[in-house]
Formats: sequence, C-alpha cells, structure tokens
Amino acid sequence: MSAPILTFENVTYRYPGVEQPALEEVSLQLWPGQFCVLAGLSGHGKSTLLRAACGLVPHFHGGRFAGRVALAGLSTREHGPARLGQLAGALFQDPETQLVTSTVRAELSIALESRGLGAAAVARGVEEVALALGIDSLLERATYELSGGEKQRVALGAALAGRPPLILLDEPISQLDPVVGDELVGLLRRLNQEWDTTILLAEHRLERCLTAADRVIALERGRVAHDGDPQTFLTWAARRAPALQTPGAKLFALAGLHPAPVGVRQARATLRARALLPEPGPAEPSARPRRERLRARPPAAALRMRGVWHELRGGPAILRGVTLRVRPGESVALMGRNGAGKSTLLRHAAALLEPTRGRIERSGRVALLLQNPGDYLIHERVAEEAAAHTLAAAGLAQLAQRHPRDLSAGERQRLAIAIVSGGEDDVEDDAAVLALDEPTRGMDREAKAELAAELRRRAGEGQAVIVATHDPEFAAACARRAMLLADGRVIADGTTAELLAGGWYFATETARILGAAGGALLPEEGAELLAARPPAEVAV
Amino acid sequence: MSTSRGLFFYRRLASPLHATRAGIGALWALAVSLAALVLDHPLALVALLLATLGAAAGAGVGHELRHALRTALIIVVPIVLVNVLVSRHGLTVFARLGDLGPFGQGDLTLEALVYGAVVGLKVTILILVATLASLAVDPDELLRIVRRLSFRSALTMTVAVRMIPLLAADSQRLAEARRTRPRGGPGDAGGRISLLAAILGGALDRATDVAATLELRGFATARRAPRAAHPWSRHDIAFGAAALALLALASAGAAVASFSAYPLVRMPLASTTLLLCLGLAAAVLLPFCDRRGIEP
Repeated sequence: MSAPILTFENVTYRYPGVEQPALEEVSLQLWPGQFCVLAGLSGHGKSTLLRAACGLVPHFHGGRFAGRVALAGLSTREHGPARLGQLAGALFQDPETQLVTSTVRAELSIALESRGLGAAAVARGVEEVALALGIDSLLERATYELSGGEKQRVALGAALAGRPPLILLDEPISQLDPVVGDELVGLLRRLNQEWDTTILLAEHRLERCLTAADRVIALERGRVAHDGDPQTFLTWAARRAPALQTPGAKLFALAGLHPAPVGVRQARATLRARALLPEPGPAEPSARPRRERLRARPPAAALRMRGVWHELRGGPAILRGVTLRVRPGESVALMGRNGAGKSTLLRHAAALLEPTRGRIERSGRVALLLQNPGDYLIHERVAEEAAAHTLAAAGLAQLAQRHPRDLSAGERQRLAIAIVSGGEDDVEDDAAVLALDEPTRGMDREAKAELAAELRRRAGEGQAVIVATHDPEFAAACARRAMLLADGRVIADGTTAELLAGGWYFATETARILGAAGGALLPEEGAELLAARPPAEVAV
Repeated sequence: MSTSRGLFFYRRLASPLHATRAGIGALWALAVSLAALVLDHPLALVALLLATLGAAAGAGVGHELRHALRTALIIVVPIVLVNVLVSRHGLTVFARLGDLGPFGQGDLTLEALVYGAVVGLKVTILILVATLASLAVDPDELLRIVRRLSFRSALTMTVAVRMIPLLAADSQRLAEARRTRPRGGPGDAGGRISLLAAILGGALDRATDVAATLELRGFATARRAPRAAHPWSRHDIAFGAAALALLALASAGAAVASFSAYPLVRMPLASTTLLLCLGLAAAVLLPFCDRRGIEP
C-alpha cells in the first residue's frame, strides 16, 4: 500500500488571540488518488484545515499549533509553504488575491519559473494547463479584466500548473454559475482519475460535488465528526447534522425512503425501482403562456424597465432591451450564467447606472445589496452602521456595541440588508424594492434558510424583492417568480415552479430527481408529492 | 477597460510597443524621459510632447493618455503659477501686484512664466511617458528581469504591482456600496473618512493574502529565473535603435539647442534646432510605423 499523501496527527490549532480552537484533535490520512469532500457549517474549521495542509497554518497565520501535519512525508513544522506548495496546489475562496501577476500567461508560468524550469518547459506547462482548463483563449488577457468565474479558473490553473499530487480547494464553485461549476467538478474528477491527483475540496453545496467524491470528512467545531464514503456520510448527516444534508437526501428522508441518494441518478433509480417515478418520456409543455399571466397582473409596479440597454463605449452591450415589471410584494429570482447581465440589471434598478437606451420607473427607493456584505461595514460599531429601529427590526439590537467584523456571516448579511434598506434616522424601512446580488456566496445551508425566510417576510409585507443568484435551491426557497438572463436579454420569465423544474442546469436537485413532476422544487414539496402519489398510479 | 477610476494598467494590445520585449520597451521609455530631462529648448520639448501623444495613439492607448494629460495639467498649472509668483530673476515685468509683505514686490515676469512652462512641459512629458509605459510595457516581464538581478526587490515589486489594481477594485466596490446606502442614514455620516479607513484597513489583509499566494507558488524559494531565448523581433530592433537615437539626440541637443530663461528669454530658432525637433519626433514615432507581427 502506498504512503498517505496527507497526514494529520492530533492537530489542535488556535488563531492568534483566540481561545477557541479552530481545529481540535484532528487526525486523518488522505491517500493518493482520493477525491475527498470536506463538509461542515461556516466557521467549523474547513478553511483552517486546508491552510494547515499546505503549511500556511501555522507558518503564515501564527497562533498555537499542536500535533503534526505531514504532506507527502514532509512535516509542515520543518518545511514552509513555499516548499510544500510544490506538493499541494491551493485554490482559496477569493480568486482576486490569488492572481499575482498582470496577465494570465504570466500567472500560469510563475509556479513553474519558481522551480527553475527552462523556458521551453515553462511554455509547455502553461499550454497544457491552459488547454486542460479551457482557458487557452485567455492567455494574453489581463488578469484584472477577467470575470469572477474566469479568475477562478485561472487561479486553479496556476495551482495545477506544477502538477502537484494534491489539490486543496476552498469553495471553488461558490462564485460560478451551474454550468461552469459542473464543468469544474468534472475537470477535477478527470484530473483525479487520469493523473491520480488527490483532491481535498471544501464546499457547502454538497449536491454539486458529492457524486464525484469517494470520501467525505465532516467537521464540527473543529473536530472530525464523520469520515466515510458519501453514502455513509448522508446517513450520518440525516441523524446528526441535517443542515449538511443534500436536497436529494432530505427529500428521501422526508418521504421515508432509504438509502439517501448520493446523486440525481441514484435517486431516480431508487424511485423508479419503487414505481414512484414515471418512465422517461417527452417533456410536458409548461403551464400557461407568459403573455396570459402578465395580462392577469394588476398594473401597479414597484419597478418597471422598458427596453433598457447598457452599451459600453467601444465595447459590447451588457443589457439588450430588457423589459420587466415587478409588483410590490413580488419576489423574483434572477438567474443566468456568469456575465449574463444580472449584476448590471440590478445596478440599473438601483440607479447606480444610467441606461444608454430605455426607461426605468420606480415607485420608491430601490435598496441594493451588492455581492460582498463586508463592503458595507465601514464603522467601528454596529450601532454606527444603521439606525436603532432598523437594527431592532433586523434582530441585531443586542449586537449594537460589537465591531461589525466580529459578526457571523449570517449576522453580517442581515446587518448589510438593514443598512441598505433602512431610511433616515427617524424613518422606517422605506425601500420599495430590495435587490440582492449573489447574497449566498460562502453561506452554509442554515444561513441561507434564514436569509430566505427574511426575504419571504419582506415580500409578505409588500416589499418587492429581486435576487440575482446561481443557487437554484435558494431561488426556489425565496422567490415565486424567476427570470433567466442570457447575453443581456431576458430569455425566460415565469413562476419558479415553471422555470426551475424542467432544466438541466437551472433546476433544483429535487426537480431534477422528480423530473419536473408536479412542479416540486424543494424537498418538502417533493416529499408531499411522493406521499400523495401511490406507486401504482404513477408507474407507466 | 484598461482604466479603473483613473488608474492605468497594462493590457496586451495589437501595437508595435506591446509587441516589443519589455526590457527594450522600458529602455525606449527611459530614453524619452531622459531626453525630456536633458533638453531645455521649448520647441524640442513640444516636439517630444506631441511625439509622445502620437506614440500613444500608435500604441492604441491615446484615450488613456488624453486622460493622463488632463491629470498632468492639474499638477503643471500650479508649478507655472508658483514659479511666476516666486521667481525674481526675470526682467520683463508684465504685471505688478504691489507689496506682497514677506514675499517682497509682486512683479510678475515673462521669463518666470516661460521657465515655469518649460518645467511644466518636462513634468507633463514624464507623466505621459510613465503612463504610456505602464499601459504598454508588460510588468510581469519586467519583474522577471528584476528577479534575475535582485530577488527581494522583485518580490516587493510584485506585491506592490498587484496591490494597485486590487486596492483600486476594493475602493471602487466600497464606494459603490456607499452609494447604495440610503442618504441621511446614520451610517452615511463621516462616510469618506470611514471609507478611507476601511480601504486602508483592508489593504493589510489584501497584502497578506497576496503574499500567501506568492509563498505557495514558491516565490520564496525561487531559483534564478530562466533567461528566455526569444529571437529579436523587428520591433525589438526598431525600439532599441530608437532609444539609442533618442539618447544621442538628447546629448547633442543639449549643446546645439541652447535656451535660457533668465534674465531675458533666449530661445534661438536655428535650423539645427528644427532638425533636432524632427529627429526627436522621428525617433519616437518611426518604430510605430511598422505594424507587421503585432497581434496580441
């Protein structure tokens, strides 16, 4: 048997000035060729474990470190990240800080040049990794002008260029649209199978990567709470950590079915075997045509766009004649691939940008929450960020004296929403529309559920809510209407049940399992549907 | 876009200067700058200024350089004004401001104005050339050269070069977030100072993250960077020759095209001066005429 590529022996680690250990008594071994997913809620030690694996902990972050970590036999106590970096490529959450040169080609070459490889070997390595990742067309582009998804792929390319035997990835698909996200997981699986590269990947949306994995390690408060194959992990999660369940596993648990499915294919096979799923056939046409539904709506609009264009000077058009109407109390999920124009549309809604053509009417203020809630937190105390009544309404009154940076991810998000939606000192929340741009980046399922509930509450109180998101599960949980953007155009507009039920990529896992049957999007709806359909009636 | 809130970054474009190896591109820019520093004759400086603007158009960054020209004027106008106000060496008075207390008699002279304008021209050319170089000379290739000479300097420069666009993007994001705050709210108070504090506070975190990435890429243990065996392109040769010509013209021009501002403006317009101007313009612009093999 070969030696482990990564070994943790009783590792306990505390960040400087923090008493609570980020990792506690962690022992594990990772073998060459494994594809291992690291699961756990936010703040439970996933990122720290990845940083310890490549030596950044403790060499770079300081703190108190006990135990032993060895990478391919090299102890991280004796070897620094520079040496260990040759054995472990790392891709962390923010691709912005992982691009250190001006062009993509230079970015991909730097690791190879640092090893002292000759010019020909560097050029060949760059070409190969660029072709493998499909970024060969970006080689001469400046890194600062890449989109978030492109930056993520270039940063991964830089980590892979030296062909390290271990790749560490921290939420690599959190910023990617479903299509690119699936491509990335597929690529990792290919590297894993063809090159025997060991993958250690931390992710919240487990349904996106569990089928590729052959091992799952779950962390709870810095400790290894579970270590096993995906199937046993899902069984464990159903009992011990429901927040880590995939939507498919939750659907099965609610419907009383076993075993919990690792992926859509397994789930469908199980349902079909139990005659709970119709045999594949031609897709049913979606319910009512769009024009009919629009006519049924009352004329009042919180936000109205008529033929809105956004054309860059000397560049492409980002929005191409967008026309839409959002009523008070309506919740809309805006979906589409990276670069489809979602963020630009929201900026127009909030009057941060002026359309080059077309008109926008607003019934009141449009509060816009941009992608990073941390960008709103610029004062020393929470109380200085928003009015007292706004904080109270957001359930943050008891945190008024805390530093905003000390809040949890969910609390920061709530505070940022309170900041943008709160009015003047003596005015209650006055925004007619609340628009959010990718609000769930890096959030675990618990925090997402909290946010979805908050958005439903606001919509229930008459505020129009528009959310740009790549997460179909979140879209289904918080919105009743969904719009799909592509190349700056609205290409589909309907209820979330219509839009997120029948697709391959822009569909929830429940919908993909049930094949759009009954328009069920969430596990709860799917379980109800399964319970209401006796097997004999459904079977064809 | 190659600009971000007035900051300029390199982007590979189809131009002879972009197609030139970074070392030669930098040498050419250095030669133009040295010529601007060495020469005093206003006509020669004007020729250099116009040629630099023409070079920017040839490099496809004319729009950015016009922007830089506006920024340069903000710096140059005070230089000229201060020189006119404080210089007492000229003899041709064009305005009398009377007694200015500790500054003495406020006699404004034509010579001080001309001298201030010459200094302003030099500053403007230096700003434009620096901008042109930052837009058209590959900084990564330059850093590779520096790395061969001094590893520590290259490391510091790499972090610094990366931090500029990173902090520009951060400040842009934070400013945009500030614009989405409701006006008159409590968080709106002291906005600009808080914003600046947030950007500066984030700079340390950003620098740490960039340094961590460099560490993982093996920068700290890097061996001597390999010398890339690129054959000399027509553009390398053209810009190299132009740089040498500029240095020669600047040395000759300092002697040939004499100019003095004080006590009276002496600016002879000899044929040699005109030839010098033509030579300077040709040395700056001719390498841009050959546009073969410039695809990015």
